[in-house]
Amino acid sequence: MPADTLMAKPHARPQPLAAPLVALRGIGKRFANVVANESIDLELRAGEVHVLLGENGAGKSTLVALLSGLLQPDAGQIIVDGSPMRILSPGAALALGIGTVFQHVMLSPALTVAENLLLGQGWWRRPARAALDQAVGAIARDFGLNVDLDAVTGELSLGEQQQVEIIRGLLRQTRLLIFDESTSMLTPQGIEELGALMRRLVERGLAIVFITHKLDEARRFGDRITVLRLGRKVGEISSERLEALDDASAHQEIVSLMFETIKATGEAVVGKERKRVAMSGKPLLELRDITVTGQSGSTGIEAISLSVWPGEVLGIAGIDGNGQKLIAEAIAGQRRLDSGKITFGGIAIDNLDVGARRKLGIRYLTDDRLSEGSVAAFAVSANLLLKEIGKEPFWSRGFTRTAVIDVHANAQVKEFDVRTPSIRTPIGKLSGGNIQKALLARELFGDARLVIFSKPTYGLDYNNIVTSRRRIAEVGARGIAVILISTDLEEILALSDRIAVMSRGRIAGILENTGDARLAVGGLMVGGALEHG
Amino acid sequence: MNTGEADGNVIAAVDAPTAEDGSGVIHILLLTVGPIVLALVISGALLLILGVNPLTYYAVVLERGLFTSLGLEQSITRMGPLLLVAAGLIVAFRAGIWNLGVDGQFLLGAVLAAASAPALAHALPPALVLLASAILAAIVGVVWSLLPALLRAYHGVNEIITTLMMTFLGTSLANVLVKLMFLDPATTVPQTRTLPVDDRLPRLFGTTINAGLLIGLLAIVGVQIMMAHTAFGLKLRTVGANPVAAAHAGLPVAWLTVLVFALSAGLIGLAGAVEVLGIQGNVRADWNPAYGLAVIPLVFLARLNGYAAIAFVFLFSVLSIGGESAARRVGVPTFFTLVLIALIMIILATVEYADQRARAGRAS
Repeated sequence: MPADTLMAKPHARPQPLAAPLVALRGIGKRFANVVANESIDLELRAGEVHVLLGENGAGKSTLVALLSGLLQPDAGQIIVDGSPMRILSPGAALALGIGTVFQHVMLSPALTVAENLLLGQGWWRRPARAALDQAVGAIARDFGLNVDLDAVTGELSLGEQQQVEIIRGLLRQTRLLIFDESTSMLTPQGIEELGALMRRLVERGLAIVFITHKLDEARRFGDRITVLRLGRKVGEISSERLEALDDASAHQEIVSLMFETIKATGEAVVGKERKRVAMSGKPLLELRDITVTGQSGSTGIEAISLSVWPGEVLGIAGIDGNGQKLIAEAIAGQRRLDSGKITFGGIAIDNLDVGARRKLGIRYLTDDRLSEGSVAAFAVSANLLLKEIGKEPFWSRGFTRTAVIDVHANAQVKEFDVRTPSIRTPIGKLSGGNIQKALLARELFGDARLVIFSKPTYGLDYNNIVTSRRRIAEVGARGIAVILISTDLEEILALSDRIAVMSRGRIAGILENTGDARLAVGGLMVGGALEHG
Repeated sequence: MNTGEADGNVIAAVDAPTAEDGSGVIHILLLTVGPIVLALVISGALLLILGVNPLTYYAVVLERGLFTSLGLEQSITRMGPLLLVAAGLIVAFRAGIWNLGVDGQFLLGAVLAAASAPALAHALPPALVLLASAILAAIVGVVWSLLPALLRAYHGVNEIITTLMMTFLGTSLANVLVKLMFLDPATTVPQTRTLPVDDRLPRLFGTTINAGLLIGLLAIVGVQIMMAHTAFGLKLRTVGANPVAAAHAGLPVAWLTVLVFALSAGLIGLAGAVEVLGIQGNVRADWNPAYGLAVIPLVFLARLNGYAAIAFVFLFSVLSIGGESAARRVGVPTFFTLVLIALIMIILATVEYADQRARAGRAS
């Protein structure tokens, strides 16, 4: 059997522990020309909480998708119980004993807990409620879970719903349970409870993969930590080593693994040529203690104070979803403030609408190019003027002047190198990079004084990333103030003069982008609590 | 959610041909005329099953609806209110608002026009009477759309449901008004007082066609120009195609939504006035021509284009006028016209779907 041949060559590393339940060997996955995973080796053992750490885009989610049967690897093998397996569907993963608790709970909110747990059985069967009561009772006793089977799922708290998902996994004889950023939406107390539960689960012989952005969680709940970066595994900290390290040095070691420059691919990692911005004068934009409540479960922002000077590039770093987008929307005028004050060029702009702020020179390039930035079905020419509808010279007394609009569109398309078959092509048919160029053209049109870029290179290919970054640098060099929101630390480091770091809706710190900013910013991103130095 | 997406597709379909070369026009014609021919064949088969010679039926429809001068005049006269309804629907649909409350808005407009015109006739010159009644009808239509408009604009309540509910109330209220408030004491049948023929909308060029046709044409051409060639129209289309992008671009989405409802319902209320002041002269209790249900498919057949809608409204008028005669002559229910229209819709949608699949296949 091929499996035996494979196992006949044991790994060079001495392994006193039992054979891994699931092992990944040289796993690779590409999307178009983006490498999501490359030659990743991973061993997942019963009795161990294996933490996967990494920034946004490090390849964690892809790895989970491969394990749970949502995606297929392009290279490498997934070995379950010593035999190479192809996990072709989520159903196949479940059959192998691999279950996943996703960040967003996958239960039907209108059904009761019992009904949710009984879903997925053959439709011809009578729901086996009595057997379910018994099985859940046993699991609840074993693992100290407490769940009301007759409660309507939507009325439970998020933590309770996660417990239901875990029980569902245990009912299906799960042996490997993956927690995909399960703590990101929980309260601190909920996080503690989940950590304790993971401990009890591994004590009963399960293997756990725990994905998180928070260093302290990784350290407290994990037995072994693997750090991913740009799709590659850059380091593993074994349980013995983890125990031997004290808090500070563990923190330092992980942060350097996650953020240290390791590549020499020739990309602009060196850091930008820093110009001294005249910060002595009055700042162009000033946020004072602004607070905006988040909507439906997303993080709000609290007590944000920032200043940006003309010609300065202020980077806002942070893991995705820590309130960065709300700052952009508050400045652009798309969100009302709960409290606080925004001044721009000396004028209080809190009560101005989006159009008035644009007239003052505030421009916001959203990261949501298709659903917020453009109207997919409209022509490129119309999208280039979406924020100028009704203005001279493109409209005269309210009537559209197609000829003027076309001249403008042709000029913009040429200047910003938007590759489109025609200016009449619906913008939704263009590639992400070209839509981005068109939106950039729109935001820079007229007298821009402050441009907010939200994740400007997200989802673009290499060439477009380079072009976009060059544009952003040029904008700053023209004396326009720039706020650059990005989850990509390299981008922030390459372009910013100063860097503000967001964590849980607050600014964890604002630093000068000097040579050693990398680790300090990285440390703030993954949890200000353990900050050192 | 669903509305926006569906409408987005419609707009995409409207805009798509412009992006293509000259063969686009022929392509569109084929996609539009083909289904109609196919529908005629299928409904012909249905007629055969009913024991009626389809050729006889179609011949009577054409003769009575198109080829006799009286029939043609009747057909064209009917276009007036239908065009106004179509104009109101096009404004709403292109702005992503599903105003399905047509019948309520139409009937209330009609009843108020029917009640006010004879009452004002003593006090004002005829031209002003017509104008005042028409304006009153439009305002009533607007008022009847206000609740769904505000709910949609400020609370995101789905207007499909609220406008349907309001139309339910509106048709009932119209009946109540006819039977209780505006009842003509001189007749035994419950109806409003009848406007003398001389006081109605003026006839055109010595025919039976009245000025309602001109109002309808003016409205639909105006709407077409507004939606396609003005800043205001582009703002409405932006809100309809992608409200998130509209808010991002700084458009007052809620206010524009209320305006769309007002424009749409105002035109439809006016349609009620034109029907009463030009054709009926009064409103009988329980009268409901249900133009909304008939015109909604027509504006979709026209791909929400005003000029194309004129052609489809004409076709429908001929079919329905001719169909009424043919029903009596050949013994087929009047509703068979609707069967034919429904068949055209279904086949058109199927062909459209197949065409998009094919185009997507070619593109990739």
